Amino acid sequence: MVRLVLQRLALLVPTLFGLSVLLFLWVRALPGGPATALLGERATPDAVERINRLYGFDRPLHEQYVTWLGQLLQGNFGVSTRTARPVLDEFLARFPATIELTALALLIAVGVGIPLGYVAARHQGRLLDHTTVVASLLGVTIPVFFLAFLLKWMFAVQLGLFPSAGRQSASMVATHPTGFYVLDGLLTREWDAAWDALMHLVLPAIALGSIPLAIIARITRASVIEVQNADYVRTARAKGLGPGRLRRRVVLRNAMLPVSTTIGLQVGLLLSGAVLTETVFAFNGIGSFLANAVFNLDYAVLQGFILFIAVVYALVNLAVDVSYGLIDPRMRAR
Amino acid sequence: MSAVDGVPLLSIRDLEVSFTTDHGTTTAVRGASFDVLAGETVAVVGESGSGKSTTAAAVIGLLAQNGRVSGGSILFDGTDVTARGGGIARMRGRDIGMVPQDPMSNLNPVIRVGAQIVEALEDNGVARGDAAWRRAVELLQEAGLPDAERRAQQYPHEFSGGMRQRALIAMGLSCRPRLLIADEPTSALDVTVQRTILDRLEALTHELGTAVLLITHDLGLAADRAQRVVVMYQGEVVEAGPAEQLLRDPQHEYTRRLLAAAPSLASRRIQLARRTGGRPEYGEDLLAPSADADGEHAPAAAAPPIVEVEDLTKVFRLRGKGLFSRSTELTAVDAVTFAIPRGTTTAVVGESGSGKSTVARMVLDLLEPTSGSIRVDGVEIGARTRAEEVAFRRKVQPIFQDPYSSLDPLYTIYRTVEEPLRAHEVGTAAQRRARVLELMDAVALPAALLRRYPAELSGGQRQRVAIARALALEPELVVCDEAVSALDVIVQSQILHLLADLQHRLGLSYLFISHDLAVVRQIADQVCVMEQGRIVEQGTVDDVFDRPQQAYTRALLDAIPGRRLDLGPQAA
Repeated sequence: MVRLVLQRLALLVPTLFGLSVLLFLWVRALPGGPATALLGERATPDAVERINRLYGFDRPLHEQYVTWLGQLLQGNFGVSTRTARPVLDEFLARFPATIELTALALLIAVGVGIPLGYVAARHQGRLLDHTTVVASLLGVTIPVFFLAFLLKWMFAVQLGLFPSAGRQSASMVATHPTGFYVLDGLLTREWDAAWDALMHLVLPAIALGSIPLAIIARITRASVIEVQNADYVRTARAKGLGPGRLRRRVVLRNAMLPVSTTIGLQVGLLLSGAVLTETVFAFNGIGSFLANAVFNLDYAVLQGFILFIAVVYALVNLAVDVSYGLIDPRMRAR
Repeated sequence: MSAVDGVPLLSIRDLEVSFTTDHGTTTAVRGASFDVLAGETVAVVGESGSGKSTTAAAVIGLLAQNGRVSGGSILFDGTDVTARGGGIARMRGRDIGMVPQDPMSNLNPVIRVGAQIVEALEDNGVARGDAAWRRAVELLQEAGLPDAERRAQQYPHEFSGGMRQRALIAMGLSCRPRLLIADEPTSALDVTVQRTILDRLEALTHELGTAVLLITHDLGLAADRAQRVVVMYQGEVVEAGPAEQLLRDPQHEYTRRLLAAAPSLASRRIQLARRTGGRPEYGEDLLAPSADADGEHAPAAAAPPIVEVEDLTKVFRLRGKGLFSRSTELTAVDAVTFAIPRGTTTAVVGESGSGKSTVARMVLDLLEPTSGSIRVDGVEIGARTRAEEVAFRRKVQPIFQDPYSSLDPLYTIYRTVEEPLRAHEVGTAAQRRARVLELMDAVALPAALLRRYPAELSGGQRQRVAIARALALEPELVVCDEAVSALDVIVQSQILHLLADLQHRLGLSYLFISHDLAVVRQIADQVCVMEQGRIVEQGTVDDVFDRPQQAYTRALLDAIPGRRLDLGPQAA
């Protein structure tokens, strides 16, 4: 197990290196440049050149790359051309918001998806099962931004049940020691602030979690159906195991093995989905900031943020692989 | 513990079990009736599809979802367990225990073995907590698991097949049921392990006064272990009675056929050379131009052997367990030397892990030896030209154990048999077609099957297809790796006769890998006994079987079930 973790962490180094090269070239392949984006269509060549010299965009590509990589290794992610603030500061200011959002989305996806898949499998071939299968198919096929708009229009605009935008109501006065608003509210005992932040999370989290939820439900259903027919389930029944233990220890525990892998893969989906969802709900996280960075060709922000997301994604999947060992003893020996 | 005299513990009357499938309803058990008295062992014998396992599943109320008891009754201690709300769910584990067939797939892979017994004890209200754990360890000890205290903490994947079966026995008996259903409890195990486990099961159930319903395909085993035997065939009970009497004096035609087909150590080498009566269904036509239909392909003493294996060794590297621990080496095959004279059969026997299949894979050139040499027809396998390699692939063909997985499910039978001809670009399409028909005839399969797919064939038919495919290129050596092990005895006997007949007609040489000594006695001329990678004894069949020199060979022979009984007249 320790060997696995070390191996995977070591593998992360060449992966990130390769990604940094790709990202660097990729960002520069976008049409236009940061200077034009910053100064607008009617900028004078002089002004453009000044900006380029200021940020070093006038130097040869390989030089720019080496400089960027050198700074990166010292923990310096560069400066945003749009806000003129360090990329790291921008990231740290928004990261908690996205973590809160994706965590709640994942919680919804897992908390609803697994029971739904299990119930569908138990009613295999009957109405409940068919309904779940069709609903989950819909869940996978509806685009995230469309669902986000739909939810916003229905529950925020028409019914007024939830706030329609932002992380906290403007009228709310709250202190934020950690930047995780719900957590902050709980820590400072500002209950109303915590509740308000949570309400702001609900709609975006549902929109963001819908696809992972549908996928998790489908995988759970298939996995439970397979495990139900396994020999050891029959043997467990033959030895007189009660229904509770049969469900928890025999069926679900074995059925969770493929599901846990899927959950890890969904994290990538959540992070990319966050870009769209945060934009629709004007939610100030890394997703909406990243979307703006694309329009402004903010090279340093794009490179830095995407690298961060890659690291988070890799670490989450490593954590999932480790958890696989916790669920399945056969994996520990490897 | 015991029931009132004369009242059976289990009484099955006119049992009928049906399954609903997409194609309608099929009846798997028809009008089966028999009793099991308290403390008695009754064996239900039959081939696959005879309904014996279905009957057992009906007793414990664990039929597949599409199955149901559609008629008759099953009385356990006077209560009809098939009745709705008959409380069979509450009786499972506590009154009726089960030891399932395949030890590899019947333990929950993610729970410690000890905990799997604890949960049975707790849910049946026998013991809880620490007391339940102590009891579980005791039960494992009782089932003959060495070092039970430590073993109980382990997971199933850390257990060998034999150890898992002991754990399953401990589990089945954990709540002291009055009836234990043992469904082929040792079929997946080596003979020596099988014997110790059955001995332990017998001692335990005898001591506890547990009645046993033993489901088996093995008549010898039934005769050894049961007081009474029930023979099932196509869903019906065709004969029942005291074990010895039934086996000595079978009344029903099917029982007689079953007895005749069962290989035993009393049987002799299948001698088709004496062509008295032959087997007409194989046809008398020429199969291969090189083979003379009436000529005797007697092993020519002067001719060099087809295969010469010298000092063959295979070492596998196993990865170390810890982070810094070194990898260890496992010598699977250790300096093995033998030769196969042309036109004869050399058998390699041994238990699982003895290295016999590794030898076969090296002779087939599917695995590279670590050292030593293999010469086929005088050509060293390791040092061949490309042309010699192609020639080798034509000359040497395999037949594997599992007819269910060794045929491509997406190929029709025609394509499967034709494939090697096409791969080696033999003849025109018309010539290949003629050859395929010839081959089907040789293995006694109707040409009508050619358009079917493997899934539509029975196990015996599939193995015949595998043989036809192996013979397509007129090989000189056929490597049979457990080629008949997965088949029912009657089908097995047919395939063995077919192999012997083909050998006689085509002058084939066989390398026959098997764990089943009784089968080996019927087909082999030479025998090599392997233990832990080494050949511990080799010689002619008669020498090895009648005058075994090594203790290991004697142990193997002793462990064969049914050897103490003379199972009726033997068909050679």
